Amino acid sequence: MQKNMEERNDTGHKGPFFPVSLCKSCIAWRFSMTGKQKKMLLRILISGVLLIAAVLIPLEGPWRFLLFLPAYFTIGWDVLWRAVVNICHGQVFDENFLMALATVGAFCTGFFGDGEYPEAVFVMLFYQVGELFQSYAVGKSRKSIASLMDIRPDYANIERGGALEQVDPEDVAVGDIIIVKPGERVPLDGIVREGSSALNTAALTGESLPREVEAGDAVTSGCVNVSGLLRVEVTKPFEESTVSKILDLVENSSSKKAKAENFITRFARYYTPIVVCAAAALAVLPPLFTGGGWGGWVQRALVFLVVSCPCALVISVPLSFFGGIGGASRQGILVKGGNYLEALAKTESMVFDKTGTLTQGVFRVAGFAPHGCTQEELLELAALAESYSDHPISRSLKEAWGKEPEQGRVTETQELSGRGVQAVIDGRTVCAGNDKLMEELGISYTPCTRVGTAVHVAADGAYMGYLVIADEVKPDAAEAIKALKAQGIRQTVMLTGDRKEVGEGVARELGLDAVYTQLLPGDKVEKVEALLQQKTAKGKLAFVGDGINDAPVLSRADIGIAMGGLGSDAAIEAADIVLMDDKPSKIAQAMKISRRTLGIVRQNIIFALTVKGLVLILSAMGLSNMWEAVFADVGVAVLAILNAMRALNLPKE
Amino acid sequence: MKKKFKMVDLDCANCAAKMENAIRKIDGVQDATVSFMSQRLTVEADDSRFEEILDQIVKVCKKVEPDCQIVR
Repeated sequence: MQKNMEERNDTGHKGPFFPVSLCKSCIAWRFSMTGKQKKMLLRILISGVLLIAAVLIPLEGPWRFLLFLPAYFTIGWDVLWRAVVNICHGQVFDENFLMALATVGAFCTGFFGDGEYPEAVFVMLFYQVGELFQSYAVGKSRKSIASLMDIRPDYANIERGGALEQVDPEDVAVGDIIIVKPGERVPLDGIVREGSSALNTAALTGESLPREVEAGDAVTSGCVNVSGLLRVEVTKPFEESTVSKILDLVENSSSKKAKAENFITRFARYYTPIVVCAAAALAVLPPLFTGGGWGGWVQRALVFLVVSCPCALVISVPLSFFGGIGGASRQGILVKGGNYLEALAKTESMVFDKTGTLTQGVFRVAGFAPHGCTQEELLELAALAESYSDHPISRSLKEAWGKEPEQGRVTETQELSGRGVQAVIDGRTVCAGNDKLMEELGISYTPCTRVGTAVHVAADGAYMGYLVIADEVKPDAAEAIKALKAQGIRQTVMLTGDRKEVGEGVARELGLDAVYTQLLPGDKVEKVEALLQQKTAKGKLAFVGDGINDAPVLSRADIGIAMGGLGSDAAIEAADIVLMDDKPSKIAQAMKISRRTLGIVRQNIIFALTVKGLVLILSAMGLSNMWEAVFADVGVAVLAILNAMRALNLPKE
Repeated sequence: MKKKFKMVDLDCANCAAKMENAIRKIDGVQDATVSFMSQRLTVEADDSRFEEILDQIVKVCKKVEPDCQIVR
C-alpha cells in the first residue's frame, strides 16, 4: 500500500495540493513517526538516562540541585522557551506557561522546602511523553479518516499521437476521450464510448458489489475500474466532477461545528483562567490566614495549574465528530457538518418524497392478470401493440418483453389519446389501454385492485387480461421505515405529487404514518412548514428527497437528506446529508452513527471533567500529588483521543 | 475572496481555537476557520487587501503557536 501510494504521488502531480501532501504524511504516520516526533523520543530517552544518573549519584545540598538541571533542560527547554515567548506575546495561560510554572515551582519547593527535585524533572518528562503520544494518536486518527477519503485521482490517461499520456485531471477538457485501465480510478465524470467493465463503487457508496458498465453508460469519478479497458468521453470538468464535489464537501465539514464543539471552545475560554485564579488563591490565602507553612500550599496550587489545561476536551470532541463523519462517508453517507450529525440524533419526524426516494423512479411491469391466455402471450400482445409508442408505460412493457418486434407483425397502429393504443397484430385487432378504453369498446374487464397503472388487453373483442405497471418500491424501503421507527422516529410522512390511490397504496405497503398526495412542488414546502409547527421544540424534522423539484424543501427542513446517486446537483448542494447509493435504509444507519458519535462525545466530556474535578478537589485537600495531576492532564487527553477514535468504527448491528 | 491554506506543525487543538478567534478579529476578515483535524485554514477576506491581511494572520498565528507555519 505504501509503495503504491508513493508511486501515485510520483506521477507528476503538480503543485502542493492538500490531499497529496496529506497522503505523504499518511505514509509517515503509518510506518513511523515524523521527524519532530523522533527528535522528541530521543530527548525523552536522554533525559530519562540523565534523571536516573542524577538520582543515583549521592550528592547533597545545592550540588544535588545542579545534578538534576541537565535532565530538566534536555526535556523541558522548549517548554520554558515557549512559555517566555508567549508571555511576551500576551498569551499567558497556555500549557507551556503552566508546565513551566509547575516544574519551576516544584524545584523551588525542593530547594527551600521538603520537596523532591526528581519530581520536577519527572513531571516534565511525563508531560512530554504524554504530548508525544497525543500527537501520535491525533495524527494516526487524522490519517485513518483521510485514507477513507482517498478518492482523489492523480492522473488521467489521454491518447495523443497513438501513445498514452498521463495528464493532470484538471487539464482535461469536456469532450476529451480518456482511457481508464483496469485497476485505475475513473478520474472524471463521463460516458463510456468503448469497452465494458465492472466498476467498484465502494469508495463512493460503501457498496461492495461491482457495477457493470458498457458503451453508453455514465461513469462517476472516484469509482475503480476492475476488469476491462474503458474509453470514456468526459462530460464534466474536474472541478465539477463528483469526486471534487465530495472531497470539497467533506473537507469543509469541520467548519460547521456542532453545538457540543462550540460549547467546549467556550468552556475552555473560561475554565483555564478560573483554575489559575483558584490556584493563586490556594497558594496565598490559607497560609496567610492560618499562618502555616507555604511549601505545602504552593505545591497544591501547582497541581491545580497542571490540571487547568482543557486540551483533552478541546481535542477529543471535534475528533469524535470528524471520526463520525469519516465513518459515515465510508458507508456512502456524506454529512456536511458536525451540526447535522448532532441534529440527526434528535430527529423525531422523517418526511419522504415518494418518487426516486422510496420508489425506484422508473416504471416496471409489476404484475400480470391473464384472462384465458398465458402470461407470456399477454405481455407479448401488449408490448407489440405499444411497440411504436414512446410513452413511459410503453417503454416499460417493451423492456419487460425484452425482444425486438419482427417486421410486418404489427400494422395499422393507432394512438387513442388518453386511453391507449390499437394495432393489428398477426391479423388480430388488439387494443391495449385503461379502463376507459375497455368501457368504450364495450368489453367487460376485471378492475385492477393493485397499486399502479393497469393496462388492459383485448384481442378481436375478447378480454385477455391486464398488466400492472408501477413505480416499484425500493427493496429496502419497508425495512428502512421499520428501522427508523426502531430508532425512535415518532412520525413518518410521505409527500407525493402522484395520484391518491397510488400514494396511499405505497404508504400502506411501507407502513408510513401519514401520506399527502397530489401535491405540487410548492405545496410540499407548505406541508413541511405545517409539520415543522407540529413537532416538539427540541425535536428535528428531516426531509428526504431526490432533489428533483424538492430542493427548496430540502433546505427548509431542519435536516435535508438527498439521494445523491440519482438526484441532481442541486440536491447535493441544498442537502445537509447526501446518500450516495440512494438507499433509504442508510438513513437509519446514519442515525445510529450519529447517536454513537454523540455518546462518545458525552463520555469524553464527562470522563475528562470528572477526573479533572476529582484531582482538583483532592489536591486542594492535599491528597493528590503532581503525578496524578499530570495524568489528569495528558493521560485523560490520550484516553479521550483513543475513545474518540471509536467513532470511526461502524456501529454494531 | 475565500482561500484555503495548509498549516504545518499545528500541534494543539486549543491553539487552533485561539488562532481562529484572533484571525476573526483582524480588520477586513469576514470569516475564518482553523481546522485542527484537517490542518488547514480557511479565510474569507477583502479582495483588495488580501495579501496584507494574510501577513497579519501569519503574525497572530505566530503569537499563539510559534512553531506553526502557514503554507502560502
